[in-house]
Amino acid sequence: MNAPLLLYIDLTRDTVRRLPLDAADRARELGGRGLAWALLAGRTGLAWDDPETGLAFCPGRLAGLALPGTGRLGAAWISPATGLVADAGFGGRLGTALARTGLAGVLVTGRADRPRGLVIRDREAALVEASALAGLPTDALFAALGALDGALVAGPAAWTGSRLAGAVVDRWHGPCRGGLGLAMAAKNFAFLAASGHGAVPVADSPALARAGESVLRLVGASPALGPGGLGGYGDAALFDLAHGRRMLPTRHFRETAFPEAPACNAPNLERMFGPSRQLPCPGCPVGCHRLLPGGRLLPGHDALSHFTALLGLADPGLAVAAHAACLGLGLDPVSAAATLACLAESTGNWPRPARVLADLDTMATGRGPGRELARGAAALAADLGRPEAALCVKGLELPAFDPRGAYGLALALAVSAVGPEAWRAGCLAHEVLRKPVATDRFSFAGKARAVFLGENAGAALESLGVCPWLALAAGLEEWGQALSAVTGEPVDAGELARLGERLVFRERLVNAGRGLAAAADTLPARFFTEPGTGGEGIAVPAIDRQAFREARGKYYRLRGLDADGRPDPAKTRELGLA
Amino acid sequence: MSATETPLVDRLAKAGLCLPGRGLVAERDDVLVFSRDDPLHGLLAEVVDRLGVGSLILAPPAEPYAGILEYLAAREAPAIRPRDCETRTFFHDIPVVTDPTAEAVVAALSRRKGAYLPGLGILAHGALSPEQAFVTVSSVALAAFVKFFSDALAAKRAGELPAPLAEALSRAVAALPPPPPAIPPVLAKGPFATKSSALAAMAEAGRVTVELGLVDSVFGNISYTLDGVVLISQTGAALDALTGQVDACPLDGSSCAGLTASSELAAHAALARLDGRPAILHGHPKFAVIASMDCAATDCPERGACHVACPAKRFLGQAPIVPGEVGAGPRGLVHTMPPALVGRAGVVVLGHGVFTAGRTDFGEALAALCAIEGLARRQCLAALGFPEAAGRG
Repeated sequence: MNAPLLLYIDLTRDTVRRLPLDAADRARELGGRGLAWALLAGRTGLAWDDPETGLAFCPGRLAGLALPGTGRLGAAWISPATGLVADAGFGGRLGTALARTGLAGVLVTGRADRPRGLVIRDREAALVEASALAGLPTDALFAALGALDGALVAGPAAWTGSRLAGAVVDRWHGPCRGGLGLAMAAKNFAFLAASGHGAVPVADSPALARAGESVLRLVGASPALGPGGLGGYGDAALFDLAHGRRMLPTRHFRETAFPEAPACNAPNLERMFGPSRQLPCPGCPVGCHRLLPGGRLLPGHDALSHFTALLGLADPGLAVAAHAACLGLGLDPVSAAATLACLAESTGNWPRPARVLADLDTMATGRGPGRELARGAAALAADLGRPEAALCVKGLELPAFDPRGAYGLALALAVSAVGPEAWRAGCLAHEVLRKPVATDRFSFAGKARAVFLGENAGAALESLGVCPWLALAAGLEEWGQALSAVTGEPVDAGELARLGERLVFRERLVNAGRGLAAAADTLPARFFTEPGTGGEGIAVPAIDRQAFREARGKYYRLRGLDADGRPDPAKTRELGLA
Repeated sequence: MSATETPLVDRLAKAGLCLPGRGLVAERDDVLVFSRDDPLHGLLAEVVDRLGVGSLILAPPAEPYAGILEYLAAREAPAIRPRDCETRTFFHDIPVVTDPTAEAVVAALSRRKGAYLPGLGILAHGALSPEQAFVTVSSVALAAFVKFFSDALAAKRAGELPAPLAEALSRAVAALPPPPPAIPPVLAKGPFATKSSALAAMAEAGRVTVELGLVDSVFGNISYTLDGVVLISQTGAALDALTGQVDACPLDGSSCAGLTASSELAAHAALARLDGRPAILHGHPKFAVIASMDCAATDCPERGACHVACPAKRFLGQAPIVPGEVGAGPRGLVHTMPPALVGRAGVVVLGHGVFTAGRTDFGEALAALCAIEGLARRQCLAALGFPEAAGRG
């Protein structure tokens, strides 16, 4: 295989160009999330629906190789939900397929005059007619694209203008958060599909094999990834943990414990539906996506929790159906459920199960009463005259771990430059899963540094294409060995962390350019004023606002930001981003 | 700079791993603080800054670890490569930094969690907390001890020990801590009918196991199965501080509570199903680990992969020695240890540690652990020409 290439797609002009990726850029950006952000350079000051904005898709630097859990795809775009540049990582086969075509990334710009799709088969890439496919349920779209190794699509919700419209990869992965589906539809871009059969170059194959063995040993030693955890139930296994730690968002975050949780957990779902089976990503020993008999996915923790506890509904079957509906419609399940919970709290009318499914359909089709739900919780709460009822950060609804239950998480949710993501800084690993060591989850001591370091590591790993779940077992030390084997150049954990620091700072820099500052780096007032639901020896007080602000100030100093959360020019120069 | 608290270095000293009062902790949240004054503040401050970590521990080892590490470092720099299970899984190797400049130290600690600085001590970093560095210091000391005695046994099998090794060995043997007692302390009598009594028994057994030197504080695990629920120490829990560090994991799989349980939950659960004895204790007694790695079959085709593929039926006394990696992976000890322990007092997992079980409480399990380690110590020291030291304190 020759030097890695970038594919530039101009939908307005209907052109496809290939250009080589500069070796220094590749060494600095790695791939995946890092390279995807880099490809958007020069286009990040535009409105999200400006035709000149870009959608960037990049396989991780270690995708396509014989390594466990490194085939992920990174995407970056301007989010209609937050107004900021956003990113997402996807499992499935598409990252591997793209890497094996010899491509390091794809940048899609312009706006087509009718729905188009991009098909890549090894060295061939072409825009194809997609008018008949745009707006189809995602399972029908994947069936139509079934001859290709992997695909990313926008579902029906995207084509009706829903801000909750995510993209779905390989039928079961996503829909992602932040409105990627809507951003695709705004360009009349329906899908990206690829098949690749080339070998990804490796400088030292025996060393790569040793690195893979190290990772597998650590995965085997990880209780979280074992058969009683993600290896058995996917990340739905986290539901019991959030419940046990009294940090399960319940009835729209008014409570943090859901007494009916044991009846809604993953083992109970398997008793109801039958044993699930793995849908593993290429080379993954864990297989966290699990299919229930009947062809529906075992929902992940966020969807399972938000379609049960957050809505006050002890109906795990509904969670399965609602999650399946979101997948088919291309609707972000976290935002969808949280928007329904926001409506319920604002109106006092808590939904019945049948109503939930009808509302999801309305959000995606834009038809019928309730279509305003498709704009998300923040817009809905503003319309209702109760903006405080939207439990969002940077306009994006919160995921299914209550920040009152883990203060590093609370800080990470607040200061993320792209909106709240539970795992972006990895705090739940040490605050809840006790890896690599347990930290005091009800203390801000050391958490500013933990968020800083965790964000850096996460950015590096996502740029390598490493699954975040496998990162619970193997750290930068092991993944650095793998990268060294691929490139033939020694890269240690410290170097990867420094690369990650630069990537995270650039994300802050880019979004500061779109107006991000300290005012947005906070949590909804409820978390500072109302306690969670204590019990079983666990007290869940409201977060001390002053302690939070002090921790945020420390984070800003570590990150090289001023007191208003804006990048310091000296740090910008130091990182080569001026 | 003000002094930070020193419970971690006190714990290292109490475990005999670090010279009392000599451990040094550097910890930084917003500003850097040291646990005590030391001429090395400047070096450590620069290392913390350049690594971007939250903490460092420099632990000048106590004997016999000091002599062992100095001996290994002098011969194996730039890295000591132990072959025990913990090192294989979590640490890979131990860099030796002979020229303790900030540049060299940063290079080593960018690559690994800990390093040995001859004349200065074990240096380990913790990105999140000093607890991480504490774990690494313990691991480095244990791994070096096991490697040193394993190498000595291998050299002895090949002929006479080289003089420097013989000399270092004599010093190490002279500094060994006492062997485990032939009659261990009396523990709470079972069976335990309530969760609280079972938890109290686990806490007591864990504490005594650490006090007897049968496991370093942060390693090992312990469980008691009561009414179909495995009460098991959490991953990373200190066996001598188990309060609030136990997960309740139903054997019927009705919850995913095992997510934060010990890596060996699957093995404990498998044994509970196979055997029915409720009390299970897992320690890392050093001589049992060394003895399990000591093998005369130098021409074995599985040499180098003994820890996962040893084909021989080997025993340490009555205890089988079985291969198996940490956890529930395809080569995990979950497949080897539980069937081997059924009907026996204990099992040694090659290069890793010992599992024992008790029919009603932890007294029987602790006695078996002491007996296995005592036997291993006698065998190893006798083979090395120190039969009189085997039982000496």
